[in-house]
Amino acid sequence: MQAHARLGFILLLTPLLLWLSLLIIIPHIDMALLSLRERVGVAQYETSPANYLTFFGEPLYLRTFMRTAVMSILATAITLLIAFPVSFYIAKIARGRVQSALFLLCLVPFWVSELVRTFGWMILLRETGVISSLLQYLGIASGPVEMLYNDAAMMVGLVYTSMLFMVVPLVTTLQSLDDAVIEAGYDLGGSGPSVLREIIIPHATPGIVAGSIVVFMLSLGNYLTPTMLGGKDSLWFTQLIYSQFIVRFNWELGAAFGFMLLILSSVIVWAMLRLTGQTLEKTMG
Amino acid sequence: MIPSMPQPRAYRLIYTGYIVAFFVYLALPLTVVAVFAFNDSQFPSLPWQGFTWNWFFGDTRPQIGVFHERPILRAIGTSAFVGIAVSALSLAVGTTNAFLFNRYQFRGRGLLYVLMLLPLVIPGIVLGISILVFSSRVANIAWDAAQWDVTALRPGLMLVILGQFSFITTIATLVISARLQKFDRTLEEAALNLGADRLTAIRTITIPYLMPAMIGAFVVAFLMSFENFNTTLMLVGSDAPLTIAMFDRLKEGSTPLLNAVSLLLMLGSSLLALVMIAFQRK
Amino acid sequence: MTPDLECDALTKRFGAALAVDDVSFSVPPGSFFSILGPSGCGKTTIMRMIAGFLAPSGGDIRIKGRSVLDVPPNKRPVNMVFQHLALFPMMNIADNIGYGLRRKGLPRAEITRKVGEVLERIGLPDIATRKVEELSGGQKQRVAIARCMVLEPDVLLLDEPLGALDLKLREHMKIELKALQAAFDTTFVYITHDQSEALVMSDQIAVMNAGRFEQVGTAQELYYRPETAFVAGFVGDSNRWSGRVETASGGTLGLRTEGGLLMQATAHGRPLATGDRAEIYVRPEAIRLARQDADLAQFDNRLSGRVTSLLFNGAASRILVQSDQGGPEIEVTLPQSGEFADLGRGDAVHIGWSGAQSNCFARTGAA
Repeated sequence: MQAHARLGFILLLTPLLLWLSLLIIIPHIDMALLSLRERVGVAQYETSPANYLTFFGEPLYLRTFMRTAVMSILATAITLLIAFPVSFYIAKIARGRVQSALFLLCLVPFWVSELVRTFGWMILLRETGVISSLLQYLGIASGPVEMLYNDAAMMVGLVYTSMLFMVVPLVTTLQSLDDAVIEAGYDLGGSGPSVLREIIIPHATPGIVAGSIVVFMLSLGNYLTPTMLGGKDSLWFTQLIYSQFIVRFNWELGAAFGFMLLILSSVIVWAMLRLTGQTLEKTMG
Repeated sequence: MIPSMPQPRAYRLIYTGYIVAFFVYLALPLTVVAVFAFNDSQFPSLPWQGFTWNWFFGDTRPQIGVFHERPILRAIGTSAFVGIAVSALSLAVGTTNAFLFNRYQFRGRGLLYVLMLLPLVIPGIVLGISILVFSSRVANIAWDAAQWDVTALRPGLMLVILGQFSFITTIATLVISARLQKFDRTLEEAALNLGADRLTAIRTITIPYLMPAMIGAFVVAFLMSFENFNTTLMLVGSDAPLTIAMFDRLKEGSTPLLNAVSLLLMLGSSLLALVMIAFQRK
Repeated sequence: MTPDLECDALTKRFGAALAVDDVSFSVPPGSFFSILGPSGCGKTTIMRMIAGFLAPSGGDIRIKGRSVLDVPPNKRPVNMVFQHLALFPMMNIADNIGYGLRRKGLPRAEITRKVGEVLERIGLPDIATRKVEELSGGQKQRVAIARCMVLEPDVLLLDEPLGALDLKLREHMKIELKALQAAFDTTFVYITHDQSEALVMSDQIAVMNAGRFEQVGTAQELYYRPETAFVAGFVGDSNRWSGRVETASGGTLGLRTEGGLLMQATAHGRPLATGDRAEIYVRPEAIRLARQDADLAQFDNRLSGRVTSLLFNGAASRILVQSDQGGPEIEVTLPQSGEFADLGRGDAVHIGWSGAQSNCFARTGAA
């Protein structure tokens, strides 16, 4: 490498390395170390897997962990099922101005914070909310109906919150599929379902995977929606982390929880990539 | 399926109905938030008590409007400050990253690229606690070694900025890289050929070409920072940004004041998004 | 014999615009039929109506005598080679070719056998497991045809499939396509804007303009005996003059161009009378070049002039001649027999052609 090229290389590499090491890698290593520390007396610590044993020994923790994982996968699947026909409509059926307008409309809700979106669902679903009043007005319900604080409400919120991150990659990949390829599928004798199965879905796989990974991550790491819309007795794993760190001030156990969440998300993302033969660079980059 | 395939009428009707239902689902929560900002009542819910601007401009209890509510105004200011700081930092590092990955082939490039993407697959709350843990340790070491209290490393705006920056940089890098990849390197060579030196060529040719992506990255970073909740929640100190301030109020019970703030947020971010789209069009 | 494909008063409107205007034609079995026209003339619309991707506004489409208007595209006995081929990038070559057979529900063993056979026939027996992007342009072309032919369609539609290829390969594929058509003995309907593709390959060519067929005929008929000014201008190169008929007797016309040149031409049965405004077309290769006027005695049109440009292009070399009598420059084919090898710019030359070689058309419209 020539001297000036080398200098440029170093100047460009430095911010990247500082960012990745100081804010991503070292903090996570530090968190892992902290999670392996057990407090044995006042300001006295020793290395032990005690925090992880606590995690696996306490049914509430383990159950919340599993519940969070399963519900996040479910939220991802529902989001995909709802988003796919919409994305297909935007990418392949709408044309010109309608197409760009619909796409923009999909983005609008996500320019405002998740808090506002959640707040909107609270106004709609709660006992004194719009839907409850409407049902009473129509005579379908005789008294106030509480639709908030249960898993269904939480699911509605989770799906709503992540919708954009499924629609955008799906629309992008579906738009890159030439109409002629779909027509060729029909021309050679294919029917709707077979064209969908053999041509459209295989083509859209990178978009499906990218969208699913992001939606899964957002659901798994969500704190606001389960807290505001979910039931009092159905905990989300992030709530456990928050309470260990901020309420109980037990950072060692909180760090262990954080690490478990990280492992869970990594394993599921990795499995999703493996199953579909994709790589992180291809789907995200 | 696609318009060139003849389809039964029923199928098309059902499909169109589904699309309409979807957009109603998208619009519903935001619409009710916006509408109840004008309800002349203590609660953002039915029955409708009449139209009022008080939740924006009111200055007497119990209807104090947004523009007279000091804590909310301060929180908006805090959020804007954090947002600008995060956007500026992410834009700078995102740009250098994009040039690094686009222009240099080196050992470990693939690994660094994957590491660069990693923040996308780390839950925000985990990013928050890991930075909290690490900064506290550094602060403790500083105290133990020199009795020096580094307040910047305790929960507060500095950590909020660093925490948001840690993952928004990835987004900025991707946005700028995407455009840089489409750049025709021969344009730079032409500039060199016409007498520019390397830096001048980049400054006069490449950067103007990247400008729409850089503006886009800045706006996206600002919006993401402004509405970030998870990472901020773990790192926040006494100065709460808007989302945290609203969260605290919401837990205590909501008034149409929150609707008014939300409506302003919607208008603000739509405006920003429109500005961004206008720049991308150019 | 029943034609393989018949279109009867086929019409397609998009809103107020008439894309295809009352087009009728029939294609006999086993022939190569081309629709030639500039982009936007409606040829793609016709093809998409035959394939079933567009519904006609009026008229009928019959395949082997049966109307197919109510048959959806996936059930029509026609297959299509798309402009950019539309090979399925998510499948390998064998799966691409076997796609239609799987849709028919054939047993796996039979699909494998048929795919193998057709790969053999297109001369690419070893590519079954390759990916689409690993093939060259010419190979993709052949696979796209094989993918349709394996289904034994009554009619194969080809939508400018050579457009994306480079020049050399395109020349080669023209010959190969013709050979494949003969080998499969299937009716091909080919649309293109490239006249050389149409002229080389087709048994019959329809020249299309603004939604209508201007002329249907063999390549020779279109080239030597165009029926309309559009065909004369679109197929092959021509020198073109506008003028007025001064004399008309016994099929021989005397015309004066707007530049003042006097010309003789044969009417070839076209209705032209004294005083009519006319367009005169003369092909560059119909004009003889000479050093002396005496060498051109047999021609009824003779001019003298100077060479203004030499357009060397091997066998297709031409010169531009500025006539001493004025008017636009005239393009003349430069014989490559050696006698004009030393011709240079500014040299004085004589040119002449027979009036029977020119084509005259009554001028339509005010212009």
